[in-house]
Amino acid sequence: MTNLINEQGLRIDGRRIDELRSVRIEAGILKNADGSAYIEFGKNKIMVAVYGPKEVHPKHMAQSDRCVLRCRYHMAPFSVEERKNPAPSRREVEISKITREALEPALILEDYPRTAIDVYIEVLQSDGGSRCAGITAASVALADAGVNMRDLVAACAAGKVNDTIVLDINDEEDKEGQADMPIAYLPNLKQITLMQVDGVLSQEEYKRCLDMALQGCMKVYQLQKEALMKKYFGDDTEVGEML
Amino acid sequence: MSAIRKSNMIVEHLRRAQMQELLAEGKRLDGRALTETRPMKIETNIIQKANGSARVTLGNTQVIAGVKVSTDEPYEGLENKGILICSAEVLPLASAYSEPGPPDEDAIELARVVDRGIRESEMIDLEKLALVEGKIVYAIFVDVSILNIDGNLFDAASYAAVSALLTAKLPKLKIEDGKVVNTGELMPAPIRTIPVSVTIAKIGDAIIADPTSEEEAVMEGRVTMTTDAEGNVCAVQKGGTGAFTVEQIHHIVDTAIAKGQEIRPVLKGVADGSL
Repeated sequence: MTNLINEQGLRIDGRRIDELRSVRIEAGILKNADGSAYIEFGKNKIMVAVYGPKEVHPKHMAQSDRCVLRCRYHMAPFSVEERKNPAPSRREVEISKITREALEPALILEDYPRTAIDVYIEVLQSDGGSRCAGITAASVALADAGVNMRDLVAACAAGKVNDTIVLDINDEEDKEGQADMPIAYLPNLKQITLMQVDGVLSQEEYKRCLDMALQGCMKVYQLQKEALMKKYFGDDTEVGEML
Repeated sequence: MSAIRKSNMIVEHLRRAQMQELLAEGKRLDGRALTETRPMKIETNIIQKANGSARVTLGNTQVIAGVKVSTDEPYEGLENKGILICSAEVLPLASAYSEPGPPDEDAIELARVVDRGIRESEMIDLEKLALVEGKIVYAIFVDVSILNIDGNLFDAASYAAVSALLTAKLPKLKIEDGKVVNTGELMPAPIRTIPVSVTIAKIGDAIIADPTSEEEAVMEGRVTMTTDAEGNVCAVQKGGTGAFTVEQIHHIVDTAIAKGQEIRPVLKGVADGSL
């Protein structure tokens, strides 16, 4: 097994086991979109646009009592080491689905009957954990679009690397590590809206891993709020003052 | 192909209230207890042309899995390992709402979740399936066809795939003068553990195992959890538009591990019966 954690307890990118990669979130960066966000999460660079609520096309998809949420997670051909075929892969179809299901519990879709909201997540550069970064940015973009929401959705993964439970695993830790658990969380409603695991975890490790991922989600949540504050109230606003 | 009906499930939604009332008393429409699974039947070696096969009926859900074996170049970075690919297809004959065409997101998710459970549990010791490291390895394909839909396709498809692999007889191949030669002998697949997929659905505050189509139509969400023989969690997938509390997740982990231990002997029996 490759050694991914050194004697000082530091990981290959120099992080401690409970440390997030550097995260930067910016709200409202695409002019045409009703809401948008850009996130850098480690080496991930992801752009999200939200269009809607708007008329539904094709019309038969419309629901008489609620808005239809549609999500597309897509990776740019240049976002990975080997060029990726631009056609949506099965992996991207699955991630689009679970992203939609992770965001939907946060949205008050009943407020917009007979309409649709489209969320486009474009991964410009990928670095492991892109589904979580995409959900995190999408949630900010939905808030930026002014869609009625019950809560933000903050997402972060934890995993097992060298028999140690660590927060926010990067590309190399994902490939060489033992398990990966991406989680999306509604921080105020205390509800989990995305949970996947691949890799082997004992029951006790499972609980610690979930705990750690939730702590990560809370940190991500702070950064989401800061990004929205910055867009709407300027640089100097403290998050604490508003809430 | 559409695995479940997506819109206008009016009748199911009307029954939601009735279902929730029953669930509050710990009962279900079909009379089962909350974490009781439906009767399951597994038949193996039903397709002679396949290297392994199994039909699983779980209540009214019916699926069939077949194993086919060939050789291929190994994947980059996995030069010393055989290839295992598990896929699932929802056939148009499986319900009034399944249509021909390319797989939709439900069918893709189904195939990927079944594959993930088997892969991540390392059920098959793939290192034993390399013929010439870096050059040629066994490629094992497990294809699951969904024949009749009445909920919980994830578990039914997983049990069928696992049963087909447990009873598969692979051709014993060897390399002679750089070419693959079939010795004519057969061997079992190198099995390490038996993964068991357990799907739990949430309806209101109730947590139920092995949901039917009717229950899936009104559920807020589901969690499919695959555990191995040691009680480790190997793969998890949350689906549906609902959310779960941390306590509910812990309850689901406990239930999935306990149910897994109940179902594993059944699958093990399948393996033993064929040897």
